[in-house]
Amino acid sequence: MELTNSYLIYPVSDHAITLDFGQEMNAQTNQRIMLLFQLLQEKNIAGIKDIIPAYSSICLVYDCKLVLKIAGGISAYAFLKGLLDALVIELSNKISSNTGRNLKLPVCYDPILAPDLMPLIETLQLGIEEFIALHTNTSYRVYMIGFLPGFAYMGTVNKKIISPRKQNPRNIVPAGSVGIAGAQTGIYPIDCPGGWQLIGRTPIQIFDANKKQPSFFMPGDTVCFEPIGIDQFYEMQKQPSKWD
Amino acid sequence: MGLSILKAGIADTLQDQGRYGFQHLGIPPGGAMDPVAILVSNALVGNQANEAVLEMHFPAPVLLFKSSALIALAGADFGAEIDGVSVELNQPLLVPQNSTLRFTKNKSGARVYLSVAGGFVAEEWLGSFGTMLLVQKGGFNGRNLATNDSLLFKKNRVEKIESLIALPWRASLAEFYFGNCIQCIAGAEATALNEEATTNFTQAVFSVGIQSNRMGYRLNGPNLNTITQKEYLSTAVDFGTIQLLPSGQLILLMADHQTTGGYPKIAHVSSTYFATLAQSPIGKQLQFEWIDIATAEKKLIEQQQNLQQLQNACNFRLQEYFSND
Repeated sequence: MELTNSYLIYPVSDHAITLDFGQEMNAQTNQRIMLLFQLLQEKNIAGIKDIIPAYSSICLVYDCKLVLKIAGGISAYAFLKGLLDALVIELSNKISSNTGRNLKLPVCYDPILAPDLMPLIETLQLGIEEFIALHTNTSYRVYMIGFLPGFAYMGTVNKKIISPRKQNPRNIVPAGSVGIAGAQTGIYPIDCPGGWQLIGRTPIQIFDANKKQPSFFMPGDTVCFEPIGIDQFYEMQKQPSKWD
Repeated sequence: MGLSILKAGIADTLQDQGRYGFQHLGIPPGGAMDPVAILVSNALVGNQANEAVLEMHFPAPVLLFKSSALIALAGADFGAEIDGVSVELNQPLLVPQNSTLRFTKNKSGARVYLSVAGGFVAEEWLGSFGTMLLVQKGGFNGRNLATNDSLLFKKNRVEKIESLIALPWRASLAEFYFGNCIQCIAGAEATALNEEATTNFTQAVFSVGIQSNRMGYRLNGPNLNTITQKEYLSTAVDFGTIQLLPSGQLILLMADHQTTGGYPKIAHVSSTYFATLAQSPIGKQLQFEWIDIATAEKKLIEQQQNLQQLQNACNFRLQEYFSND
């Protein structure tokens, strides 16, 4: 597939700038974003406070005053825009190999822990085993983390199990709940309100504020789900999560 | 050495200038809503700008000082009184042991900040002392202060004093707060608005809705419609980002905003106006006007320089005062 070189750069305030490859959700575009993310982290540019990758875009949050010191007389925005333009060219010479880790995560699909599973398979006209196979036979890409601390937007789910968000979001979704929204799948890191269709739950605490690296997922990771039974779920839930 | 909460307010948290470097993990910066007030209240007592301060809303707490302290208040005017005596905002105050600070009336603004010289003892999480309620981390056990909680001071900079002393200078902050007109940079999806909505965005009056908090303000105003119904992929958002909800109403993101969002980004408030937004209570009317990014950046730098001068002046006055003592 030929890479499109069109992109947009726009301000997200007077101290944040976004580069967007054009609002498409595909692994190749997202891989370019992850390479940019890596390049920008390596360059360690003065005044950059945050680098936020998303599906097809990446945002730099910066300290204007610090960036101006290295901007050589132009505005901080103009300087960073130039820098991003140059990075896109640098990027086109890079071989787009996957930079993320490969992760496995146990998920229990018992309806006790997955309140939307039974109604959903009825709508989709699938058997429960079939549904589980469809959800676990795919490896997912962490396109981005957002919405909540450690909430990974993963895709793409098999066409047969694409499902809309719920009409009425739940007030409380328990931490670890695995959901589907459109072609995306994701896991709620903490107890919170949410509107995704809940089809399983992981016993692993995917956001642990007491860990040095509190998020189980990183942008660009590849994730496989491994089905477990309900006894195993409760057994694993008792153990402290070992990642980090 | 510290203060205790005789009666909690509705949302009292320790905040600093925010937590950066973790937004790619979905962790919002948080921090004080009013960037000017935290800086000034800290400067008035000789603290670094990023020292944790107590952010309070109305009804605000009743605080008992268990030791003498040099303090300052900045931000909203909630009719602060120390042992029944009215005290001014933006002025360093020497407060004797066992005095009580209370807030008597919601006069203007939306949140007031208390700094103590030397700072509060606070929990650090990911490089910031700010409270993040969502994951119960930072500040004071990651939560709002409750009645009977005690906040400790890191060090006592003040000799024991007998009565309240207001040091003889005040910071003038008029130039850092603006009226109802808020300047914005156009958002990536500003052009998605139809003609009527585009006009309305800068012509209509919006008011801060009742469902407003540290995460964001709902803006009540005319329904704004887009040219076509289109779904957008989530991208990064920031403090001051104004998004269009499917209902046609606007939401303005504040300090505890999510790191990413999928609703159309119509505008981004120039950060020079963040302090004004932070002091806009529910019901406050706002209007928006456009500013280009280059001008916004110039204004931001100018404001930072003026705040730096104010900090320097505060430090100078404090040193002068205590060396003549």
